[in-house]
Amino acid sequence: MAKIKGAIVVDIEKCKGCEVCVISCPTHVISMTKDVNGKGYHYAYMENPDSCTGCTNCAIVCPDGVISVYKIKVDA
Amino acid sequence: MQDTLTTKDIIKPENLVYSKTKLLTDTPLSYCPGCGHGTANRLVMEVIDEMGIQSQTIGIAPVGCSVLAYNFMNIDMIQAAHGRAPAVATAVKRVFPDKYVFTYQGDGDLAAIGTSETIHACNRGENITIVFINNGIYGMTGGQMAPTTLPNMKASTCPYGRDVEIMGHPLKITELVAQLPGTYYVTRQAVHTPAAVRKAKKAIRKAIENQKLKKGLSFVEIVSNCNSGWKMTPNDSNKWMEENMFPEYPMGDIKVPSEI
Repeated sequence: MAKIKGAIVVDIEKCKGCEVCVISCPTHVISMTKDVNGKGYHYAYMENPDSCTGCTNCAIVCPDGVISVYKIKVDA
Repeated sequence: MQDTLTTKDIIKPENLVYSKTKLLTDTPLSYCPGCGHGTANRLVMEVIDEMGIQSQTIGIAPVGCSVLAYNFMNIDMIQAAHGRAPAVATAVKRVFPDKYVFTYQGDGDLAAIGTSETIHACNRGENITIVFINNGIYGMTGGQMAPTTLPNMKASTCPYGRDVEIMGHPLKITELVAQLPGTYYVTRQAVHTPAAVRKAKKAIRKAIENQKLKKGLSFVEIVSNCNSGWKMTPNDSNKWMEENMFPEYPMGDIKVPSEI
């Protein structure tokens, strides 16, 4: 069965740590880092990268447009 | 093979499915963290990008949090005086009838100081698009009461909540302009969840495409949060918006052209 795997890339310096992406992710992939960026915000990262399906929910709800989504189909 | 598939293998240019549109500049948005303005800016730019009308679009941003839109939107922009964006848009559209003209306004601008310009532009049926961000407060100047502030909602100029006996009722300007014969398409959307964003994008696209038909003004209200003004975290403010703003400002199309 073909499986979809996804991944996100966050523009760290532009992320303002609003956490809107965290609750928008249906597979609970995203959470906030303990580190801060240059502005002093905790930024988003993939905590469970294996669960990401590349649905783009986080990216379209991100007010600052900092998330890029990549998706690939793998044959299992 | 899939056991060795790492994140690095997925992140390749050919696998890209979504990234910020090129029509948003690389300037970091000046809005507060979690503010719906950023999403709304991006949606307007995505629609213009998808329609391929970057060089034929003129945006007009008046005063308020929307004032800095020209820093973020990589199209021709005009800065208007407070509330006067529909008047400027009228002029631009009459001089360049084939260009796409939209205004991007907040509630303190469109529903307070600019009420007369808004209502008369709608009544004349100018072929423009108005994108109206309603967060029930004057966000940029420090959270003062706006005409759209809800009853009993606290703001810096009504610290005990809006008293409708003294301060009047919230102004539902979107319902008001839907009554006018000059408006062609009037809708109210939100941008706080992925589903709402997808719907709002369709509405904005329809509103801009309507300019080709020359049938009247298209008006898109976007109910948004103002987490700084409401003194909440972004996710709390989105929840508060669902519970309190949506009963007063119900989602959905208010006026739809009969032929579609």
